Amino acid sequence: MLKLTDVDTHYGPLPVLKSVSLEVRVGEIVCLLGGNASGKSTTMKTILGVVRPTAGRVEFEGDRIDGLATEVIARRGISLVPEARRIFARMTVWENLSMGAFTRQKAPAGEVAQDFERVWTLFPRLKERQHQLGGTLSGGEQQMLAIGRALMARPRLLLMDEPSMGLAPVLVDQVFDIIRAINGQGTTILVVEQNAPVALSIATRGYVLQNGRIVIHDTARILLATDYVRRAYLGED
Amino acid sequence: MAQPGFPRWAAVLGLVALVAPLAAPNDYWIGVMARICLYATLALGLNIVVGFAGLLDLGYVAFFGIGSYLYTFLASAHFGLHLPFLVTLPIVILLTAGSGILIGAPTLRLAGDYLAIVTLGFGEITYLLLINLDRPVNITGGPSGIVGIDPPAVAGFALSTNTHYYYLFLAALGLTLLASARLRHSRIGWAWQAIREDELAARAMGINTTVAKLQAFAIGASFAGIGGSFLASWQRSVFPENFLFTESINILAMVIVGGMGNLLGVVAGAALLVSLPEVFRDLQRYRLLAFGLMLMVLMVFRPQGLLSFERKESSDD
Ligand SMILES: Nc1ncnc2c1ncn2[C@@H]1O[C@H](COP(=O)(O)OP(=O)(O)O)[C@@H](O)[C@H]1O
Ligand SMILES: [Mg+2]
Repeated sequence: MLKLTDVDTHYGPLPVLKSVSLEVRVGEIVCLLGGNASGKSTTMKTILGVVRPTAGRVEFEGDRIDGLATEVIARRGISLVPEARRIFARMTVWENLSMGAFTRQKAPAGEVAQDFERVWTLFPRLKERQHQLGGTLSGGEQQMLAIGRALMARPRLLLMDEPSMGLAPVLVDQVFDIIRAINGQGTTILVVEQNAPVALSIATRGYVLQNGRIVIHDTARILLATDYVRRAYLGED
Repeated sequence: MAQPGFPRWAAVLGLVALVAPLAAPNDYWIGVMARICLYATLALGLNIVVGFAGLLDLGYVAFFGIGSYLYTFLASAHFGLHLPFLVTLPIVILLTAGSGILIGAPTLRLAGDYLAIVTLGFGEITYLLLINLDRPVNITGGPSGIVGIDPPAVAGFALSTNTHYYYLFLAALGLTLLASARLRHSRIGWAWQAIREDELAARAMGINTTVAKLQAFAIGASFAGIGGSFLASWQRSVFPENFLFTESINILAMVIVGGMGNLLGVVAGAALLVSLPEVFRDLQRYRLLAFGLMLMVLMVFRPQGLLSFERKESSDD
């Protein structure tokens, strides 16, 4: 479904991604692990066309998408739950979700209403707070809003950049349960995480990024058992 | 019927505005009221760019100047074109909107301080062009401007008194208010708000931010096309000094004082900033000082603006 081949990305002269290749197949949850500043967010931005790769190719459903504008890529069926959520703070919860469905004004009547129902079912808290401004929600609620907003576009591929960042452990588990539920409803997911154990527990496969290079990739089960990953990302000696 | 975004009492205010000239002490004050309507229209235009789309434009006066001079070119003895008012006005509106796109396009990738500085530069460039384009071919009349502009006539009725102009400007203000309210709740209005809140997230929602920003610049500028035409036809003359940087700041202050994004607030801001210097006229040379102090007091006690966009206060975290 999504395929990066030998992708290089620079910020000005600074190389950040070095020959990154990765693949996400239909129906999978793939997780991209890596420490701070290893290039995880840059990978997400490259996929969504926020930054352009200087070499290599990005393909989505068989078509090259590198070089396309972000909004064009988004309209093709890729949604992003951005790092640090980036919800629209001075718009209500309901308005935030409506913005998620912005490109779907030609959708058959009732379809968007259905999607609201889907989000309300996943996140009952959001329904209670639908008239509240996004900026007044707690961190966990904002994360739910960011996920709900991304779902309103009915993406086939959902990119999630550190959805557990800054959340209390209970909430982390909850967010990952929801990610699994969303995947169960048919959305393919690429999730970036520093919280490797939780991410690997729900993922099909995983990649480890270090200094802008993919150093390991394998199934989640094998990664969980790999010495190197255990030491580097699971905090075990 | 209350329009979306307008409380009922807006209708009452409209009625008050209609009969206001009857209560004015003299013709001079009717002129002040006309100027309030003119500046409110300008402030509503800038509000689209700054308040709705969140793009800090410090050179809005450029569009006011372009509108005024375009009107002058088409309806004065300067080029000998004496197009009728109702023909000139739409042409000027369209061309000024076009100038909004031309000036907006190079700024698309800029945000915040950088955008502010570049738009400020465009404002200054426009002023310099107005002053200097009298040679080698006399286009703008240079520092001494252009006089002898045709007064507007509508259906054979020539506008002459301040009261006439007041009603013309009031009608335009009503229309731009309605247009602003409509826009705000339209698709493009939602796109502007999303861009103002978070441009990257807006793009990830599939919003073409390039197009949306250019639309904001074009529509904002078109309001200045109206204001510019009005100024030229009312003064019957235009001078570069009408379009100094301080005018940009003055109009921006109306938007901010009124409560950025709040339409009636913006009108209130225009009313306040146009009338205060008149009220302080008796203070003579301390007039601007008093005016400045008033603004400071206002911003200290109502930092969110006269009529705040009530949403802003509750979103501090
Ligand atoms: N907009 C930018 N301009 C310049 N350098 C950047 C920019 N964004 C990220 N970087 C740099 O790129 C590297 C990778 O960043 P990022 O992809 O955000 O890492 P991660 O998400 O894995 O923490 C870091 O060294 C960071 O400083
Ligand atoms: Mg990151």
